[in-house]
Amino acid sequence: MNFVTTIGLEVHVELKTNSKIFSPSPVQFGAEPNANTNVIDWGYPGVLPTANKGVVEAGIKAATALHAEIEQETYFDRKNYFYPDNPKAYQITQHEKPIAHDGWLEIEVDGQKKKIGIEEMHIEEDAGKNTHASTHSYVDLNRQGTPLIEIVSKPDISSPAEAYAYCEALRQRIQFTGVSDVKMEEGSMRVDVNISIRPAGSDTYGVKTEMKNLNSFNYVKKSLEYEEQRQQRVLMSGGQVQQETRRFDETTGKTILMRVKEGSDDYRYFPEPDIPVVEISDDWINDVKATIPEMPGSRRNRYVNDFGLTPYDAGVLTQTKEMSDFFDATVAQGADPKLTSNYLQGDVNAFLNENKVDLQDTKLTPENLAGMIKMISDETISSKIAKKVFKAIMAGSDPVKWVNDKGLVQLSDPAQLQPIIDNVLENNQQSIDDFKNGKDRAVGFLVGQIMKQTHGKANPKVVNKLLMASLQAR
Amino acid sequence: MAEERINAEQVKHVAELAKLEFTPDQLDMFTGQLEKIIGMFEELSKVDTTGVPVTSQVNDRRNALRDDVAVQSNQRQALLANAPETAEGLIRVPTIIDESGDGE
Amino acid sequence: MDFFNQDLTSLHADLVAKKISAAELTQATFDNMAKTDAKVDAFLNLNADAALKNAQAIDAKGINVDNLLAGIPVGVKDNIVTKGLTTTAASKMLENFVPVYNATVVDKMLANDMVIVGKTNMDEFAMGGSTENSAFKVTKNPWDVSRVPGGSSGGSAVAVASGQVPVAYGSDTGGSIRQPASFNGIVGMKPTYGRVSRWGLIAFGSSLDQIGPMTRTVKDNAAALNLIAGNDVHDGTSSKREVPDFTAGLTGDIKGMKIALPKEYMGDGIDPKVREVIKNAVKQFEDLGATVEEVSLPHSRYGVSAYYIIASSEASSNLQRFDGIRYGFRAQDVKNLEDVYVRSRSEGFGDEVKRRIMLGTFSLSAGYYDAYFHKAGQVRTMIIDDFNKVFNDYDLIIGPTAPTPAFKIGDEISDPVTMYMNDVLTIPVNLAGLPGMSIPAGLADGMPVGLQLIGKSFDESTLYKAGYAFEQATDFHQATPDLGGTN
Repeated sequence: MNFVTTIGLEVHVELKTNSKIFSPSPVQFGAEPNANTNVIDWGYPGVLPTANKGVVEAGIKAATALHAEIEQETYFDRKNYFYPDNPKAYQITQHEKPIAHDGWLEIEVDGQKKKIGIEEMHIEEDAGKNTHASTHSYVDLNRQGTPLIEIVSKPDISSPAEAYAYCEALRQRIQFTGVSDVKMEEGSMRVDVNISIRPAGSDTYGVKTEMKNLNSFNYVKKSLEYEEQRQQRVLMSGGQVQQETRRFDETTGKTILMRVKEGSDDYRYFPEPDIPVVEISDDWINDVKATIPEMPGSRRNRYVNDFGLTPYDAGVLTQTKEMSDFFDATVAQGADPKLTSNYLQGDVNAFLNENKVDLQDTKLTPENLAGMIKMISDETISSKIAKKVFKAIMAGSDPVKWVNDKGLVQLSDPAQLQPIIDNVLENNQQSIDDFKNGKDRAVGFLVGQIMKQTHGKANPKVVNKLLMASLQAR
Repeated sequence: MAEERINAEQVKHVAELAKLEFTPDQLDMFTGQLEKIIGMFEELSKVDTTGVPVTSQVNDRRNALRDDVAVQSNQRQALLANAPETAEGLIRVPTIIDESGDGE
Repeated sequence: MDFFNQDLTSLHADLVAKKISAAELTQATFDNMAKTDAKVDAFLNLNADAALKNAQAIDAKGINVDNLLAGIPVGVKDNIVTKGLTTTAASKMLENFVPVYNATVVDKMLANDMVIVGKTNMDEFAMGGSTENSAFKVTKNPWDVSRVPGGSSGGSAVAVASGQVPVAYGSDTGGSIRQPASFNGIVGMKPTYGRVSRWGLIAFGSSLDQIGPMTRTVKDNAAALNLIAGNDVHDGTSSKREVPDFTAGLTGDIKGMKIALPKEYMGDGIDPKVREVIKNAVKQFEDLGATVEEVSLPHSRYGVSAYYIIASSEASSNLQRFDGIRYGFRAQDVKNLEDVYVRSRSEGFGDEVKRRIMLGTFSLSAGYYDAYFHKAGQVRTMIIDDFNKVFNDYDLIIGPTAPTPAFKIGDEISDPVTMYMNDVLTIPVNLAGLPGMSIPAGLADGMPVGLQLIGKSFDESTLYKAGYAFEQATDFHQATPDLGGTN
């Protein structure tokens, strides 16, 4: 029997704001437990939430990046449930009138492009963090109130590979808006998935199972692949899929039952009375849109059309906003785009991998990279010297100053080079003879001698030209 | 609405949602009282509200938004001092067994 | 020193003239409380040491001649948080709870040199109309100590009516300022929703709650509202409208004022003796040159049901934070987390609070939301529309504040529906967010009867103007309870 797979994703993205969504406490990773909390975050008697304008604007940016329709009037709802990391025992979220709905993302799997619909996107508060020990659990409310956006896909995803591509596309577009770091490993992007299968030809969806808080895009794909197979086996053997929450075991690659869902949870949603309605005018949307950085697709087109890069190179450079911004900034300093692209993908990338750091955590600046590349282009330095300069700029040095200080400017002036060449020829009659006898290797030896004399600074092209002329003349 | 507006089983279910528990006597009392009160509520079904919008707020504000500026409260010690149990700057509770309580 | 018969204007004059210092006034207040409060139990918790220190500091810098409230002792309802001063909301849940911040209104009181003498008793979490639902004590009506003071701001009302303080602040979600004001023969104002910041008011029904002043005279009340009104960055629902001086325009002249009397407010459910008092009040207004005409608020009768659904739903959510984890009561010998929740809440809350939590949880729960919570929100819209129609043609609505005078302690506490019906006249005002004020309008069998004035949104000024004219033309506000010669 053939089955059709339907996958839904709910992605939570932590927004990178200064303050929390409903309290002015700082949003900051890695502070002392409960240091970034106040009476609002603790749900003290008598406190009230005040909504952060920056979060609404981040929501507008994200919605724009997801091609979603922004609601003119949006409001918050309370979702009621008891949990130690949920201090008010309700989460302020959006249920009835989320800030945006009906968006889409384009994905590509095996060269096939497909649009995946986005049902809705809402803004809400994150919970605190519980840690568990044998007899007690411990609550840190630093994360409580961190702003989140939740993005809910339409049931358009029909394979684990598409789910993976959706995550990638979503991460990339959100990252380019600058509203979040979207890092799975730091928890600023969290993915819940649900999956159901049904016999081909059937028009009713099968029973869903869900898996929460998957740690990487790979696990998203693997857990869905496992679940797809498992559900098929269940149905093929005449069984029924249960509506349940399962956990992905990363070591075995299997999913494990956590709990069976009986009906739906009763969260008793109702409109949040403490926060007035938010009206989002077209003017406001336009003002915010004007501040959204250029999206990756547009950047790729520009790199190919304006700079003559290959689509592949353009793709690699736009994997992250940091890399793309760095590329643009370097080119803006007058560096050759192709050389810049080569350096970023080559030496710079190797450095990042070797040292396991992000671009923004290095001492490299677009100014310094551009300074080096310009010196290469105008032959101020040789590619050999460039290797040394690269190390210097990765350590934060100004390449022009560094090259001058070290006296590494390439010798290209014939008036300076000719006497050195003459001197080398004077002392290497054997090589001249070899050359005359058709032994081309002799040239290499002579060039090496000239380089040695100039401490590697001689411009190889000019040396070659002058040397050949001198040899012919003898 | 059904004849029986709310029975003891439903009262128990609602109590579970609200994290309350009742003795059998209390359950009887609350069931009887809730039955009466909800009976009163049923007069609302007589009002024709077709097409009437819901009012959930009566404030005169729109876009009551705060600028995104962080303020450190420095209330950590005072807040922890009010908690029934703490350990190393954390709030302590008996072990959470049910991991599914989180709504997300 | 007996200041029972003095209003703020004359007390202020005495303070400015240094006939009495703020410290002496504060000390006299505590001396009087020691005798009086033993009979009526208006206060839960006194602030003696801090109050005397504050009063001395105020004396040291001098009484601000422009501030009627400077150096004046004030009682604060115990659901308004006071930093460093135990705040319980009259619940075992918060029995030993010491807030770490001040409500905005409290900050304003302190900044304006008021002297907070203590926290007043109330129905637990403001749920009730008799102050019998306090976990700690039953406050008595000073006019007849076998009767209730009304509620939920019963302690604040009694603190004023028994002459312990000239001003107390209360909160009103469905009548909790006006009804006890009515039962005690004082003036109580529930301001327009958003007029006063709710920051630091322990939430009951968030879309309904307002803090307001309770005083012996209309002018005192206007001055006490001046002090707390205005926008607050901590409360997104607080209005940004300019706050007028509510004491301005108190001339006694209300000629030409157009007053509406809803027929539903004078119907069968209203005690005939109360109706009689209100009819006399109507005549009084006509004598003052106002016109009074009968109107209809056809949906007001549904207000009680709509209110008890909405307020209880909001309350069920607001009170979930009392879970025994971060502050307040935690049950002993709990084995697991579920125990912490269930036992702390079951042992910490009283019956009325549990009833409301149950009602609200039910009204919001799957399968019932549409028939109850959603429907109530629609009926709320219709009640607002009724008011809007009347206010197209009238400046003011009047009627009784409560269907009866104060009832006997213990009489109604076991019958929630009867108890809830007592709020029928005050509830629609909260549902619509309008300002409402109760002023003394006479006695029925020796117990005070309040006249309710309902105004347009943010038009407290007209209420004060009309209330002042009525007060000047009558002497009801001068009647005082006899507590056995202590006053």
